[in-house]
Amino acid sequence: MNGAATIATDPALRERAWAAAASVCDPEIPVLSIADLGVLRDVRIENGVVEAVITPTYSGCPAMNMIALEIEVALENAGFARPKVTTVLSPAWTTDWMTEAGKTKLREYGIAPPAAKAGRRALFGEEQVACPHCGSTETARISEFGSTACKALWRCKACAEPFDYFKCI
Amino acid sequence: MTDTPLFQYTLRLADTALVLGHRLSEWVGHSPVIEEDLAFGNMGLDLIGQARSLYSHAGEIEGKGRDEDALAYLRDAPDYRNILLVEQPNGNFAATMVRQFLYAAFAHPYFEALAHSKDKTLAAIAAKAVKEMAYHLRHSAEWTIRLGDGTDESHRRAQDALDELWPYTAEMFETDQVERALIEAGVAVDPSAVRATWDKTLDHVLSEATLVRPRDGYMQSGGRIGRHSEHLGHILSELQFVQRAYPGASW
Repeated sequence: MNGAATIATDPALRERAWAAAASVCDPEIPVLSIADLGVLRDVRIENGVVEAVITPTYSGCPAMNMIALEIEVALENAGFARPKVTTVLSPAWTTDWMTEAGKTKLREYGIAPPAAKAGRRALFGEEQVACPHCGSTETARISEFGSTACKALWRCKACAEPFDYFKCI
Repeated sequence: MTDTPLFQYTLRLADTALVLGHRLSEWVGHSPVIEEDLAFGNMGLDLIGQARSLYSHAGEIEGKGRDEDALAYLRDAPDYRNILLVEQPNGNFAATMVRQFLYAAFAHPYFEALAHSKDKTLAAIAAKAVKEMAYHLRHSAEWTIRLGDGTDESHRRAQDALDELWPYTAEMFETDQVERALIEAGVAVDPSAVRATWDKTLDHVLSEATLVRPRDGYMQSGGRIGRHSEHLGHILSELQFVQRAYPGASW
C-alpha cells in the first residue's frame, strides 16, 4: 500500500464516496437526494478517512441528524470505514443550490419547486407559483408555513388541489 | 464561569431565541386553525435551531465543557439573559402575533447586520437566521394587519396587545458594558443602528393595520442581566423538567 497520499489524490475513490453520500435522500422529501437539494456540500478523503460536509436548509431542520446517520451508513456500506460527517452553516443554504433535476423531481412528486432567485426578494412582494398538478399560475397561498420548515401551503384555483410549495430562501 | 463579554453576548442571543421558540411551541395543538398551528411550530423550530447553534458557540467560547444542553437545561432563571419581551405570556392569538411582529421587525435587520460580524461563527449563524426571520416578519406583519384592520374585536385585541407589550420593546435597543467593546470591535451589532429600520417597518405595518403606535412611557428592562418577570421561572419549570427530574437523561 502506498498510504494516505495516494488515497487522497485518487479521484475515482473520491467520486465513489461522493456517489455513496449523494445517494442519501431527504427523509421528508424522499424523491430528492441530498445532492439534488444542495445539502451535501463536499466529500473529501484525508488520510484514508472520508468526510462528508453537509449544511442545514433551516437552522432547526430536524432531518439533519437522520441525514448524517444515513450518510455514515451509506459510506460504510460502500466500503469506507469510520466516515465523518461535518455540519457547516456558512455559506447559508439557499434554494438556488437545488439542481434542475431536483426541481423536476419535486414537481413530478407534487411539490412546486422554488420559483425565483432567493436574493433581493421584496419582503412584502407576491410570488407567482405554478401548480405542480395542472401548471396553472392561478394559485393562492394558504399559509407561509407547511408540513416542514422548507415548505409553504398553497392551493390551485384552476384545479382546486392544495399543494406544497418549496419556498425560496 | 469564564464570563467574557462574548460569552454573555452570545448567551443573550441564544436565550432570547430559545425562550421565544418555547413560547411559540406552546401553541402547538391549540391554535385556532391548523395552518397557524403549523406556522407556530415552524417558527418555533427556527428559533430553537438558532438557539442550539448559539448555545454550542457559547459553550466553546466559555471553554468549560458545557454543551448546548447544559446551557439550556441546567441554568436557572437568574442566569438566563433573554430580553423580557419574549418571555411574556402568549395571551390570545393577537398578543402572540403582535409579540412576534415586534421581535421579527427587530431581529431581521439585526441578524442582517450580525452576518457581517468579525466573529465568523456568529456571522454564519446570523446569515442563516436572517432568512428565517424574513418569513417570521412577513407572516406576523400580515397577521398584524389582518387583525388590526379586521373586526372590532380583532382590532381591540391587537391594539391591547400592542399597548401591553410596548414597554418591553426598548430593551431590544439597549447596549451596556458587556456589548460596547464588542460593538467597537465589530463583533456585536449596535442595536441603535437598526432602530430606524424597525421604526419604518412598524410605522408601515401599524398604519396598514389601523393600529396606534403607543407612546414611549416607562420602559421595562433587566432581562439581559438576569432580572426577569415571574413568567420565566414557569417556562423553565416546563422546559427543564425532564433534565431536573432525571439528570443526564438522554435518548
